[in-house]
Amino acid sequence: MRETTALCTKPVIELDFMELDRIIDDEYSRDKENLIMILQAIQNTYNYLPKPTLAYLSEKTGVPLSQIYGVATFYKTFSLEPRGKNIIYVCLGTACHVRGGGKIMDRLKEILRIDTGETTEDMRFTLEGVRCIGCCSLGPVIKINEDIHSRISGDMVENILSKYA
Amino acid sequence: MKIQTIADLERLSRDYSAKLYYPERIKVNIGMASCGIGAGAQASYKRAVENLSDDKNIEICRTGCIGFCEEEPLVEVLSKGKPRVMYRHITEDKIIEAIEDYKNQEFKKKLVLGQMKDPRSILEDELENPQAHIPAIDGIPYLEEIPFYRQQVKVALRNCGYIDPEQIEEYIARGGYFAFLRSLGEMSSREIIATIKESGLRGRGGGGFPTGIKWETCAKHRGERYIICNADEGDPGAYMDRSVLEGDPHSVLEGMLIAGYAIGSKEGFIYVRHEYPLAVKRLITAIKQAESYGLLGDNIGGSDFSFRIKISTGAGAFVCGESTALMASLEGKVGRPRAKYVHTVEKGFRNMPSNLNNVETYSNVPVILLKGSKWYAGMGTQRSKGTKVFSLVGKVNNTGLVEVPMGISLREIVYDIGGGIPKKKEFKAVQTGGPSGGCIPERYLDLGVDFDELTKVGSIMGSGGMIVMDQDTCMVDVARYFLDFLKEESCGQCNPCREGIKQMLDILTDICLGKGKDGDIELLEELGAMIQKFSLCGLGTSAPNPVLTTIVYFRDEYEAHIRDKKCPAGVCKALFYYEIDKEKCTGCQVCARKCPQEAITGEKKKIHVLDQSKCIKCGICYEACKFDAVVVK
Ligand SMILES: Cc1cc2nc3c(=O)[nH]c(=O)nc-3n(C[C@H](O)[C@H](O)[C@H](O)COP(=O)(O)O)c2cc1C
Ligand code: FES
Repeated sequence: MRETTALCTKPVIELDFMELDRIIDDEYSRDKENLIMILQAIQNTYNYLPKPTLAYLSEKTGVPLSQIYGVATFYKTFSLEPRGKNIIYVCLGTACHVRGGGKIMDRLKEILRIDTGETTEDMRFTLEGVRCIGCCSLGPVIKINEDIHSRISGDMVENILSKYA
Repeated sequence: MKIQTIADLERLSRDYSAKLYYPERIKVNIGMASCGIGAGAQASYKRAVENLSDDKNIEICRTGCIGFCEEEPLVEVLSKGKPRVMYRHITEDKIIEAIEDYKNQEFKKKLVLGQMKDPRSILEDELENPQAHIPAIDGIPYLEEIPFYRQQVKVALRNCGYIDPEQIEEYIARGGYFAFLRSLGEMSSREIIATIKESGLRGRGGGGFPTGIKWETCAKHRGERYIICNADEGDPGAYMDRSVLEGDPHSVLEGMLIAGYAIGSKEGFIYVRHEYPLAVKRLITAIKQAESYGLLGDNIGGSDFSFRIKISTGAGAFVCGESTALMASLEGKVGRPRAKYVHTVEKGFRNMPSNLNNVETYSNVPVILLKGSKWYAGMGTQRSKGTKVFSLVGKVNNTGLVEVPMGISLREIVYDIGGGIPKKKEFKAVQTGGPSGGCIPERYLDLGVDFDELTKVGSIMGSGGMIVMDQDTCMVDVARYFLDFLKEESCGQCNPCREGIKQMLDILTDICLGKGKDGDIELLEELGAMIQKFSLCGLGTSAPNPVLTTIVYFRDEYEAHIRDKKCPAGVCKALFYYEIDKEKCTGCQVCARKCPQEAITGEKKKIHVLDQSKCIKCGICYEACKFDAVVVK
């Protein structure tokens, strides 16, 4: 079970309502059953789920905001806080765990000076743990944005990070 | 072109079969499933295309994963009248060399994994082996005979690594969609269901429920019926379904089509976890291609059967693999399971009769229909028929996907196929069944793997994850790991699961921190029994398994943590320290250079010293030392 975070109100961002309409109406035909995928598409656009988009989504689909908030906090993919430019997913699946995935996570926490789920102050990195990305044969594995880095060890971490500005 | 008859399929199949097996040009198949890409196959592909796209004699293609992930990136090269050769570890710096090697027919040992004896799929008995008259290369083993592949029988994985998953024609060339069109034309719904029942096929998602019976019950209920594919693959350490979806998506579509026709449904859904973006992409392509050939859509093959398939993605919730939670999630809601007084075959998705099967279950279906239920039931054990795919990972030499007849022993999987434990370390346990399973020790390695055997020792076969653990794995930490996972994943509806798991986790965390007390083990057992009995869904009722099995088989490790305040495996940071063994240290300076804390000092060729006050136990020195001079105390 996840602890809930308050709906984020911090940064003021420009919402592109045409883009939101495109996602909600055109791509997902304003269908309530597509709620999870709509949220994913919004998150792909903004890197997180800005609060006003949820209210807008509620208005358009007729799904109560409380229910949308429930979905957005139930599923681990969604973030109600802005995230860094690069997202580091450290695999903490069983296969990676027995091959030292936890140590890689510790190393990253130390280098970046943040905890799991947090973002560096310069907004360069967000650090997240995931439970298996299906590359278990190559563990320990981390994924940064879309790139998979396999068979890594603690001493390779700094070098890998330097490739992401 | 719309495919209407078997003759249409045969025509396509013949054309593409020639391209698959007798290419005029040199055909380079690069294994590009996520695992291959993770090992560097994308870069190899790019390099090959950049350097060789002008070469009229070479064709660069991509395929799915052929299973031997340890050796990835894997690249197979073939051409008409020549051997088919599998090259291993072909990263971008080696791809040109490998293709040159094939061009010159040199077959350097350091590059080659093996030659293929017979590339035909299990559905192509009637076809002549394309490699039959090609002389073997001296000194290079047949791929089918190397230990990793020797015992494998590929049914669900029949096309993975052999075809381009984004080309429906290649699926058809290897016997795809014949089972569906044939059953549509020649069999009644009742006959199909009878065949599946006779085959003994049981669900591959973990529960092992007989598929034929599920179909039959679903077909009996009135109203709009739905066919759903569970591609949520939540068990960490398991990637069988990902491989099928990425390497052979049409096999799943065909299985769903057959189920749709047999059960009388018009609509199917595939629920894929979002952590598998490539699988989603390839499924979308596959659906579009099947639609354009008229294999999905209205009045398929001129019949009155219409069927469509939609994809829905999950958003990171393990519990959504559970049938009722999955269906709630499909409806766009929070994925909370419900008590199953009424089964989903009666009231499931949209409150209508719904048939849910796993990816691998569906991909077995076309083979059963073409080769017959007797043939299928001829493999496996008394109550578990056919083959099963396992993901063999963790501390084992040959990691990868293996498909073997059920009943094969754990020992054969870990030692014969897997090649044993790396770095001469000692085997400790194999974890099966994911968070619902358990850890099986050495003394039970001769058990045959099927749905029933492993339950006798407190674990389950589950969906097929097999994580091998060695002496460096702490079993208390593994138990803690699974509970931590389950605490995060519990949906929070029922008390026993939500609170019980948390309490067990707190106790285990204390034990790992050196704050364990006498009586903790008994308390864990008591809590475990309560959670098993009173939880609402399968997540809770099976959650204590990893803890309870490790207590039974590795009680000494628990006791070492609680009484001696020691972690013998060197994992729980509060309970061990590293030391440099004066006898073994050669003064090579590798550890000193790698230590991020500069905690290790020592001159070249002199014994090194570790400053405990600076050490953060990151383990980098332990991994780096080639002389086993860094020891756990
Ligand atoms: C907590 C939990 C998680 C599950 N996760 C999966 C999963 O990821 N994939 C899957 O196929 N089945 C999973 N199952 C089993 C499904 O509930 C269901 O039995 C299965 O999909 C039915 O298909 P089958 O009969 O073909 O195996 C899970 C069950 C539980 C209780
Ligand atoms: S356990 Fe790390 S990718 Fe599967």
